[in-house]
Amino acid sequence: MADTAREPPPAESTDFEELEDAEELFPEPAAADNESEPASLPAEDISTNSNGPKQDSLFDDDPEDLFAEATEEVSLDSPERDVLLSDGPSPAITPITPPLSVITPCLGHDDMFTHSSFDEIEEEELNDSFDMHISVSDPEKVGDGMNAYMAYKVTTKTSVSLFKRDEFSVKRRFSDFLGLHSKLASKYLHIGYIVPPAPEKSIVGMTKVKVGKEDQSSNEFVEKRRSALERYLLRTVKHPVLLKDPDVLQFLESSDLPRAVSTQALSSAGLLRMVNKAADAVNKMTIKMNESDAWFEEKQQHFENLDVQLRKLHASVESLVCHRKELSVNTAQFAKSAAMLGNSEDHTALSRALSQLAEVEEKIDQLHQDQANADFYLFSELLGDYVRLIAAVKGVFDHRMKTWQKWQDGQMLLQKKREAEAKLQLNNKPDKLQQAKDEIKEEIEELEAKVHQGERDFEQISKTIRKEVGRFEKERVKDFKTIIIKYLESLVQTQQQLIKYWDAFLPEAKAIS
Amino acid sequence: MTSTLDENNKEKMRSVSVDLNNDASLLIDIPDALCERDKVKFTVHTKTTLSSFQKPEFSVPRQHEDFIWLHDTLVETEDYAGLIIPPAPPKPDFESPREKMHKLGEGEATMTKEEYAKMKQELEAEYLAVFKKTVQVHEIFLQRLSSHPMLSKDRNFQIFLEYDQDLTVRRKNAKEMFGGFFKNMVKSADEVLISGVKEVDDFFEQEKTFLLDYYSKIKDSTAKAEKMTRAHKNIADDYIHISATLNSISTDDGTANKKHLEKLSDLFEKLRKVEGRVASDQELKLTELLRYYMRDIQAAKDLLYRRARALADYENSNKALDKARLKSKDIPQAEEHQQHCLQKFDKLSESGKKELTGFKGRRVVAFRKNLIEMAELEIKHAKNNATLLQGCIDLLKSN
Repeated sequence: MADTAREPPPAESTDFEELEDAEELFPEPAAADNESEPASLPAEDISTNSNGPKQDSLFDDDPEDLFAEATEEVSLDSPERDVLLSDGPSPAITPITPPLSVITPCLGHDDMFTHSSFDEIEEEELNDSFDMHISVSDPEKVGDGMNAYMAYKVTTKTSVSLFKRDEFSVKRRFSDFLGLHSKLASKYLHIGYIVPPAPEKSIVGMTKVKVGKEDQSSNEFVEKRRSALERYLLRTVKHPVLLKDPDVLQFLESSDLPRAVSTQALSSAGLLRMVNKAADAVNKMTIKMNESDAWFEEKQQHFENLDVQLRKLHASVESLVCHRKELSVNTAQFAKSAAMLGNSEDHTALSRALSQLAEVEEKIDQLHQDQANADFYLFSELLGDYVRLIAAVKGVFDHRMKTWQKWQDGQMLLQKKREAEAKLQLNNKPDKLQQAKDEIKEEIEELEAKVHQGERDFEQISKTIRKEVGRFEKERVKDFKTIIIKYLESLVQTQQQLIKYWDAFLPEAKAIS
Repeated sequence: MTSTLDENNKEKMRSVSVDLNNDASLLIDIPDALCERDKVKFTVHTKTTLSSFQKPEFSVPRQHEDFIWLHDTLVETEDYAGLIIPPAPPKPDFESPREKMHKLGEGEATMTKEEYAKMKQELEAEYLAVFKKTVQVHEIFLQRLSSHPMLSKDRNFQIFLEYDQDLTVRRKNAKEMFGGFFKNMVKSADEVLISGVKEVDDFFEQEKTFLLDYYSKIKDSTAKAEKMTRAHKNIADDYIHISATLNSISTDDGTANKKHLEKLSDLFEKLRKVEGRVASDQELKLTELLRYYMRDIQAAKDLLYRRARALADYENSNKALDKARLKSKDIPQAEEHQQHCLQKFDKLSESGKKELTGFKGRRVVAFRKNLIEMAELEIKHAKNNATLLQGCIDLLKSN
């Protein structure tokens, strides 16, 4: 895997905007035991292009330069890290989000810090009763025609000390959410954090809204989206590491947010994403990992199964929603028909009873409609969210595989170089020999360091995933339980209303003489 | 498959028409029925104290076509022209469960074993429900006849009940069937006649208006009620799938969640049974009620038609008499014919009035009974559902 081409590190903002999961240019952490260094820079990502390993060489060259660029982050991070390391309540920090050109490194990924910062995070999680309420509300159409968009109000109420105030709100549009997710994904997915996926785009749905159709289906679409955005934010801030990310804080707090252009479906970034996804799929098939850790094998199987079952359940619940809506419509139609029948009936008491029946059925049809909404917003959307979340979990496992692959590739390369070195020893051309020997020796040293780093990366991501999966499963159980209870309560309410309605009708029926 | 229906079930079902089978002198029921391929064989059981029958108690096997024969024979009997002939029972229709069975077969691969078993169970229940329904309508037809003072004495009715050989020879042959078909077509053309004929009697004028309008309304209501029932059944099916998938997820789960999922799966299984009952009760009490009276009203309309025909005949005979008097030819025949038509018309009117009044009473009573029962059942099922749900909620919250 000899790499020859060396691309200049992209320093202009535009280039960065074009990239998503791909070329993350994080310098390698320097000497691990040096606290004062801005060690909170994660290992580099293996770019999702097939020429991944090629990128490695870039960083070996000028760690200093890249550090220089990241100077702002350094000052930003240290007070934050101090916060993490201390036990008590932390002073409020004003995060200065760097311009989009430099992707904010996340926290504590140096070997020495990871362990402690993680523990700190967990501790803090237990200490703070998680007091954070986020709501997405007041969808407002801004602009006209095809350039129109929906602006949502994002209100945060919290006592978490990361924020300047207790309660604040900002206006955001859908692409802002996508932009946030895109940034978080690029920072955290490849090191093993499960980043909640953003709601899906819908060109059809959005077009209807843009065109200005004020009808039932476009209202439903906006409501569906609003609800999904709210759930997305709540999940994101529940993650202890993500909550502290400056991009998240900026998203929630700052009144001005630079527009995320790369999230457009038909942009060049969008196309790049699609290409990367395809490359990903191919790579996944070709990586054959020797899984030494039974835990991972078991968990992967578990998530595979869960994925299949959740999709099936989701499909059944979607069918339920559909049939419930049908029932509502049919009941309404019957109500009208019964009313006409009542009018036509010439026996007075029976006529009245039939009219009452029609009224009851009309009320019941509304009941079914409401129930269908509960079916959808509580049950169906929960399942939909988890189907997507599990995809993110599977993605994280895939990243681990890639990390392993990278490590193995490094080892293979090292092996080859060593063999080449051995060959050189046997070579009889003295004049070229010394230079070549020196070169190879240098290369071998570099590769050894890289292999060492690769191994550490692999161990790191494995560790992170273990913790993340534990947290995810706990969250999942809690989430399901809460929402299912809510859903069942909605069903109970419907039944109780039914009892009321029929109870009221009974004397009418008995009054027929 | 054979179905022996116990007394309890039959009591529940025999609700569409009331006050039937109360006269001990002639008690009829269908205790048993066999389903062979598409043919249903009913066992008609009679218990009687009347001397016109050979034995006090006996049973005969009958097919659906035999019932149709009996009905058509009665309709064609001149003497009964002034009566509402109870509507013929509809042909046993296993189309819906058959379609479901087909779909089940196609979807078998995508389901777990338990899911498939439950769907099959549901399918068998539906089959059974159709089966019970068809037995019910056939039984009620006979019971309407046995309760009617005139029709119960009909000779063909007696043959139907008693004749222990195959009735096929006595049934319409193909040609006659065709004749019947043609007659139906002519009849619908003549329905226009009913609306057109100048009515002399207020009572019949009102009845005519009412029945024509009511018929179309009740037909519509029947169709809409059927759609409602279908949607309920679909929801019950969805609950089956949901329950089964939850079960699969729970077997794979090693956390504390496992118990939650099992409870939830169990809950949906119970809910779907209740939902199924809601659907079938609604069908029996509402849809079947409406459907039955739709057919009954058709029979009442047929009576009006026959009377209108008689009126038309009478008016024509009047015209013929006038013509005869003008021509001074065949006056006695014309007079006799006219008298005959008048008598027939009067008889029809008198009997028709009685029948229609009785019919209205019958209808009101049946509606009352069924609407009450439906409301009570809805309340019962809703309470059941609420209890099941609350129980599950409490269990989940306590863990």
